[in-house]
Amino acid sequence: MTVHSFQEHFDSLIDNDIAIEPKDWMPDDYRKTLIRQISQHAHSEIIGMLPEGNWITRAPSLRRKAVLLAKVQDEAGHGLYLYSAAETLGVSRDELYDQLHSGKAKYSSIFNYPTLTWADMGAIGWLVDGAAIMNQVPLCRTSYGPYARAMVRVCKEESFHQRQGFEIMLTLAKGTEVQKKMAQDAFNRWWWPSLMMFGPPDAESPHTAQSVRWRIKRLTNDELRQKFVDVTVEQAKVLGLDIPDKDLKWNEARGHFDFGAINWEEFKNVVKGNGPCNKQRLDTRRKAWEEGQWVRDAAQAHAQKRKEKMASAA
Amino acid sequence: MQSNTNSESPSSISAEARLEYTLQLADDALIIGHRLSEWCGHGPILEQDIALTNTALDHLGRARSLYQYAAEQFNNLPADAKSKFFTSIALQQLIASGSSIGEDDLASLRDGWDYRNALLLEQPNIDWAYTVARSFFYDSFNFLYFKQLSVSTDATLAAIAAKSLKEVTYHLRWSKEWVIRLGDGTEESHSRMQTAVNDLWMYTGELLSPNNTAQQTGVDSAALKQPWTDIITDVFKEADLKLPAGTWMQEGGRNGRHTEHLGYILAELQFMQRAYPGMEW
Repeated sequence: MTVHSFQEHFDSLIDNDIAIEPKDWMPDDYRKTLIRQISQHAHSEIIGMLPEGNWITRAPSLRRKAVLLAKVQDEAGHGLYLYSAAETLGVSRDELYDQLHSGKAKYSSIFNYPTLTWADMGAIGWLVDGAAIMNQVPLCRTSYGPYARAMVRVCKEESFHQRQGFEIMLTLAKGTEVQKKMAQDAFNRWWWPSLMMFGPPDAESPHTAQSVRWRIKRLTNDELRQKFVDVTVEQAKVLGLDIPDKDLKWNEARGHFDFGAINWEEFKNVVKGNGPCNKQRLDTRRKAWEEGQWVRDAAQAHAQKRKEKMASAA
Repeated sequence: MQSNTNSESPSSISAEARLEYTLQLADDALIIGHRLSEWCGHGPILEQDIALTNTALDHLGRARSLYQYAAEQFNNLPADAKSKFFTSIALQQLIASGSSIGEDDLASLRDGWDYRNALLLEQPNIDWAYTVARSFFYDSFNFLYFKQLSVSTDATLAAIAAKSLKEVTYHLRWSKEWVIRLGDGTEESHSRMQTAVNDLWMYTGELLSPNNTAQQTGVDSAALKQPWTDIITDVFKEADLKLPAGTWMQEGGRNGRHTEHLGYILAELQFMQRAYPGMEW
């Protein structure tokens, strides 16, 4: 086949919703876009372990501790599936780690905000995982097979995480005055950054159109954001929490909630590295990686010695 | 105290002694689980991060079953015995108000002097080698211990031990493999592993020292000394590590006299229940 006919074949697979598999021909840009998106997602899972991991040793009850520990462990598992999916595109996990540690690769900016109280464990589960699910459910049908299959597993676990986050919030909202205050405070701090999780407005999103064409993305940033607002406002009512947005109101004509202007200056700053915890999060990851070097070296040396021993015994 | 072990029925040992013994097992599980959970998100290899968190969850699960059992025992004590059992002011107030206590009260409201865990388990992670050494010493002990406890005359403890034995078998395989990997791996890993083993050695004696309440409930720790030493010796041989020569052993955890580390663990572990007392979470 000529390059032209490779392209035609690829396009027809995409148009017919047939999954692209690792050995299929694919345009370079498709491959690059996927590596960027999947690795950003994997990094987000790994960095995302830190703000919640922060509360494992301080969880208020043994049951909450066990659930939180299992949740953060799930995130490590998601990172693992996603790095594996990225590897099928011809990039190694170590290369991807290097990109993360050098600051070249991005991860979800939401994790650059601090977790200050226990209620933040509820708010993250409810809002951040809730937003992540909105983003990720369409990805279960994304055009690249290994990514879509990884996302099916991720989404199942994420919806459990979202429920447990909501349940933490509900317990606080039904609790004492100070617990309600804690819940509202966390909601105030996480609401806007959660809306930013869907990325810049469509008009300013450089990759959206091509990604939608390739069926890597299924819905645009703004469509997903609106969906999230509509669902979450109703859930906040159940919790009895006030939405920290004075412009929020139901728009009968649109059949959606209108909401206030997002502070995109803040978003750009956090992406640039000026968020409250950008430096701490990356430093923590780098430290874990560097301090683990001798452990990885030892594991490799031992495996090599064993291989040699077995070879000489054979 | 009676010394006859196997023929005792559960009712023949004092209720306080049984409770104390249950708490000792629970505290061991909670404190090692806490230390291992500190690795979550910081491990040297993603797969190992996941494995260690699994182990932390196993210990935490066992701690919960044991605290629930301890709380049940405590709530059944006569009022007079209840008021004398713990030194904690917060627990005294709960008891005086007539409330029954639960797993979280036991974990969060006792101060260090009421904690009965072995000193080994509260030692800090320091690095992967210390973490592996601490786990290996404890897992080998647990493996032997839970085998015996799973046929205890106390049906609840026996059931918890039987479930734990499966988990502990896996824990021991993990820590043993890492001792060998680090001992055999590189010069650096060998030296780090030997240092960790040497430093933690003095805390191993306490696990194996005779324990009155333990003898009454089914397991004699001291009798495990030989099989425990055999496991350690075999693995060290394969890992090319030296068995430390020191014979001096630090003890005190079983009597509530701890190292300085426990206070900091409890400060974190108990923060929420202390700062916001009496709430549902």
